[in-house]
Amino acid sequence: MATSTTRWATPARRSGVTLQQEGVIAAAILGLTVVVSLANPDFFNTTNLLDIVVNTAYIAVAAAGMTMVIVSGNIDISVGSMLGVCATIAGELARNGAPVPLAFAVAVLAGSVMGAVNGILVAYARIPAIVVTLGMLSILRGGLILVTQGRWIESLPEAFFFSQRSTLGIPNPVWVMLIVVGLVWLFMKYHRWGRAIYAVGGNAEAARLAGINPQHVQFFVFVVNGVLVGLAAVLYASRFTAIQSNAGQGFELAVISGTVVGGVSILGGTGSVIGALLGSLLISQIGTAAIFLKVSPFWLQAVQGGLILLTVLIDVLRRRRFA
Amino acid sequence: MTTETRAATSAQPSRLLSALRTQEGVLFLVLVVIVIVLSLLSDRFLTVNNLLNQTRLFTETALLALPMTLIIISGGIDLSVGSMLAWSAVMLGFSWQLLGLPLPLAVVVCLLTGAIGGAINGALIAYVRVPPLIATLATLAIYRGFSFGISQARSARGFPEEFAFWGQGQVGPFPTQFLILVVLIVAMHLLLARTGFGRWVYAIGNNELAARYSGIPVERVKFTLYTLSGLMAGLAAFIFTSRVTTTRADAATGLELDVIAAVVLGGTSIFGGSGSIIGTMLGLVIITLLRNGLLLTGVKGDATFMVIGLVLIAAVLINNLVRRR
Repeated sequence: MATSTTRWATPARRSGVTLQQEGVIAAAILGLTVVVSLANPDFFNTTNLLDIVVNTAYIAVAAAGMTMVIVSGNIDISVGSMLGVCATIAGELARNGAPVPLAFAVAVLAGSVMGAVNGILVAYARIPAIVVTLGMLSILRGGLILVTQGRWIESLPEAFFFSQRSTLGIPNPVWVMLIVVGLVWLFMKYHRWGRAIYAVGGNAEAARLAGINPQHVQFFVFVVNGVLVGLAAVLYASRFTAIQSNAGQGFELAVISGTVVGGVSILGGTGSVIGALLGSLLISQIGTAAIFLKVSPFWLQAVQGGLILLTVLIDVLRRRRFA
Repeated sequence: MTTETRAATSAQPSRLLSALRTQEGVLFLVLVVIVIVLSLLSDRFLTVNNLLNQTRLFTETALLALPMTLIIISGGIDLSVGSMLAWSAVMLGFSWQLLGLPLPLAVVVCLLTGAIGGAINGALIAYVRVPPLIATLATLAIYRGFSFGISQARSARGFPEEFAFWGQGQVGPFPTQFLILVVLIVAMHLLLARTGFGRWVYAIGNNELAARYSGIPVERVKFTLYTLSGLMAGLAAFIFTSRVTTTRADAATGLELDVIAAVVLGGTSIFGGSGSIIGTMLGLVIITLLRNGLLLTGVKGDATFMVIGLVLIAAVLINNLVRRR
């Protein structure tokens, strides 16, 4: 409690610290690019580097929502199941002849509804977020398999594959990612409600005394997170020709890892969506780099986990020096 | 405190009432209702054979849930238990089949692997002060990666027949692993409820700073808890391998969620400071029986996850409402 009070009292220094973490991650991305390119020149070409960004897009969109959730002092481990449900809804609607934009809109709407359920249970029924979203993870995953019976969704209309197309030479997922991250960044930095998220995550009681209603803020954060997961599901579903029934399994780990590696404190109150974007990019890049460095695919997860731990350790040690 | 004194001074019926109003009491009532409903729905449910069989599946999760209860009471969490189990199991198969160690020695390697995994978690959390959620999220990936890397995703099989004793054998009417579990449940309950170490765990979860100022060796307690969690994962890996007679790198994926759900359902506060072994075991029994009973009544396997999620949220919700009143 003592630390969170001081953090809340010195917002200026706080933003300075997170900017440094973003710098560390950006440097790591550049450094990794240079090292891997020297070892294997094939790594350094536009198609490959753009591929990494495209592969990260749907993770980064969800990580933007996760940033808001974690900054507000909560967590959402149901995003993987939510992604699966939204992707299935979009796919089923489109396959049964609904106009594609409508299918996408319903998927996003479904995301917001699920987010709202999480939000009501966390903010107003006051159940800890980890319990609520752990329960939702099971409920949604179980329900999804019950409905789909484990079947894949195939033979989707051509118009469905939004993520495979480009606009002005840049792949659509990259556009969506940049717009979402940009908007969330502006919102969290300059909007009254965005600042309120930091206030609630830093010290809910102090925020309440300052005239903010922490419950409304938390509810709002979960709804926005649901919308962004719905959007991520659209990007995810429209990439490949089939939607698997286990879509999104383990997705929560990718999103939370990216967010946390990007310097968003799991204790709430600090972090930025730019950091979350860079963190997600770094993790994807490590995966691709390992392939180019001919790391056995069986060791990939260990390497990825090790590097996540390394960035977190650097962050912890750096913070300690400044504390 | 007031309810305790009231319960102590008043007559027998109201003592019973206040016992039922605790989380364990509520869980016990829920359990009774579930058993009655399920035994009405399926005549195969309430049989000695079925219930004893369930304890085999129950044991591995329960072994992980015991230290998890202590860790969550201390204000931490361990997401890496499933990965530690897989890594330990892989090391068992690897050191026996590829390194040619005698089987008992391979089991020691298996237990040691778990303990080392847990000790790494403990060192990161207690001494480097990485938040538990992040530290064990990272080691979840790392240990799972070790499992795949070391085994190259190949499974070890062909264990000798006597090895099956621990996971498939019986002592009298009881499955072997169930007896091991009972001993450990009693030991963990006593450790938590009757020793100074147990009180330290509660104190750290209630207020870490105050615990530190009152001379509790916070770092050492935390390090011990996470190492214990790893050791139990190693033990669970041994029993698991003996039960399914093969070691696979993807074993126990997602098991951490079952374990945490059981602990939370058992009334342990996710914020730390309160909870009990008895509550956790009741929570786990409810989850196991619910899943088994629903399967027997014809509900598809994956749909049972839905019910468990609902029960988890409902239990905490009801508990909140009761306490607020």
